[in-house]
Amino acid sequence: MKFKTESIFAALAIVLLVSVACTGCKKTNADAFPATGAIAGWEKTSETRTFAAKDLWQYIDGDAEQYISAGVVSTSTSDYKYQGQLEATVDVYTMKDAAGARVILEKGQSKDALAVQLGDAGVAYAQSVIFRKGPALVRITAYEAAPNAQAALLELAHGVEAKLQ
Amino acid sequence: MKNRREFLKDAAAGAVLMGAGSKLGLAAASAGKSKVVIARDAALHSADGRLDERRVADLLDRAMAAYTGRDKPMEAWKRIVPVGKVIGLKLNCTGGKGIATHLALTQAICERLQQAGVKASEIIVWEGFNGSIEHAGYTIASDRNHIRCIGTDTAGYGYEEQPLQCGAANVHLSKILTRECDFVINLPVPKDHDLAGVTFSLKNPYGAVQRPFELHANGCDPAVAELNALPAIRNKFRFTIGDAISSIYQGGPQFRPEALWHPNALMVGEDRVALDTIAWQMIERKRAEMGLKTLAAVGRPTTFLTTVASAKYNLGTNDPNRIHQMEI
Repeated sequence: MKFKTESIFAALAIVLLVSVACTGCKKTNADAFPATGAIAGWEKTSETRTFAAKDLWQYIDGDAEQYISAGVVSTSTSDYKYQGQLEATVDVYTMKDAAGARVILEKGQSKDALAVQLGDAGVAYAQSVIFRKGPALVRITAYEAAPNAQAALLELAHGVEAKLQ
Repeated sequence: MKNRREFLKDAAAGAVLMGAGSKLGLAAASAGKSKVVIARDAALHSADGRLDERRVADLLDRAMAAYTGRDKPMEAWKRIVPVGKVIGLKLNCTGGKGIATHLALTQAICERLQQAGVKASEIIVWEGFNGSIEHAGYTIASDRNHIRCIGTDTAGYGYEEQPLQCGAANVHLSKILTRECDFVINLPVPKDHDLAGVTFSLKNPYGAVQRPFELHANGCDPAVAELNALPAIRNKFRFTIGDAISSIYQGGPQFRPEALWHPNALMVGEDRVALDTIAWQMIERKRAEMGLKTLAAVGRPTTFLTTVASAKYNLGTNDPNRIHQMEI
């Protein structure tokens, strides 16, 4: 009897572990964040935080609905600093499919968006870069204007793109 | 900290006061109109977009003087805040760093409050989450002997266990609001909003709710009205100093540097409907200037502004003829 109970618990534990592992490998891009020094001048200044779709409002309240409508599965974010001065945030939204990433990328683009070669498609502004690659939608935002901000953000964006699954 | 019985007693008393209009007695100076002061300083941001923080306190003093009719800042503040009570400063940090209530403004208000006789231990700077406060550049401080800067998720605070009916939803309010603060100074930031059209002083109390996304349906209408009609919000959110130093005209409420602009202004008043009406018009003008369609044309009409002004809720006026807008 004892053996049977232990077997059931063991089986349940394996199912749980496999389930968590699969969720982790398919539904998040938490490892898409370049480490400090991996991209020249860029320092990763915070831990990566990951939000499931149901908790996304805790990160972007008021904005979460458009991502949920487009099929977001999880969102990971981390802060960076360039040459000790320019602060930026990298957000990686993992959508259910590439169509969801396309919806978000194409929504709200303004006339001064500059098309860039990043992933499947991307645009850059003076202080931000947005691109998609498969089901991933990446938004990199700098918090102040600087003459070299766009070039630096694009370097970081290429580093993220290379690490996306 | 108030206990649950005291909280419910306050709520009941608040219900009696609902619809009492201006509680500070300052609106009467505007012949029955809702007074809104917009104080500007074109030099607040430099050409390269950097904020001159030293000018913020001066702009605040000018705004308060114009609103109260008192030249001396101390006299102006004494007309607004009740000394001996706990004053809450409700930040807006949900847009993330870059479009949150400016730290320089909050610091200037704390300074003036203390000069007006409010003890440091009676000032609480607050928001929903510690994480969003820190991400906006503030430092969490929970020592009760000093100015506190805390999120509702700070240990010992949290949300009321007893829900309140808010339209179709049941909401749990922050204990910082219900049990700690006697008088809240609202410090919202005017922004484009993906659901409501615009967000400003009437949306900022969403940060006092445990699950604000439950109030987002139908462009936040009538949820904005229902929430602001709750006694704890109607009666404690008494004064607004809107941080229109920076704003977002598209893609909000999160920080979108490509749609950032600097009105370099503070918007001061008691009537949050009037304040939001002016903020909405300001954002529409900027959108037009940038060649964008109106919010209604892109499917985000600000219908909540009509609802909050209706006789059912009576939260203020959205009628331009009943708003005394003073630009300085």
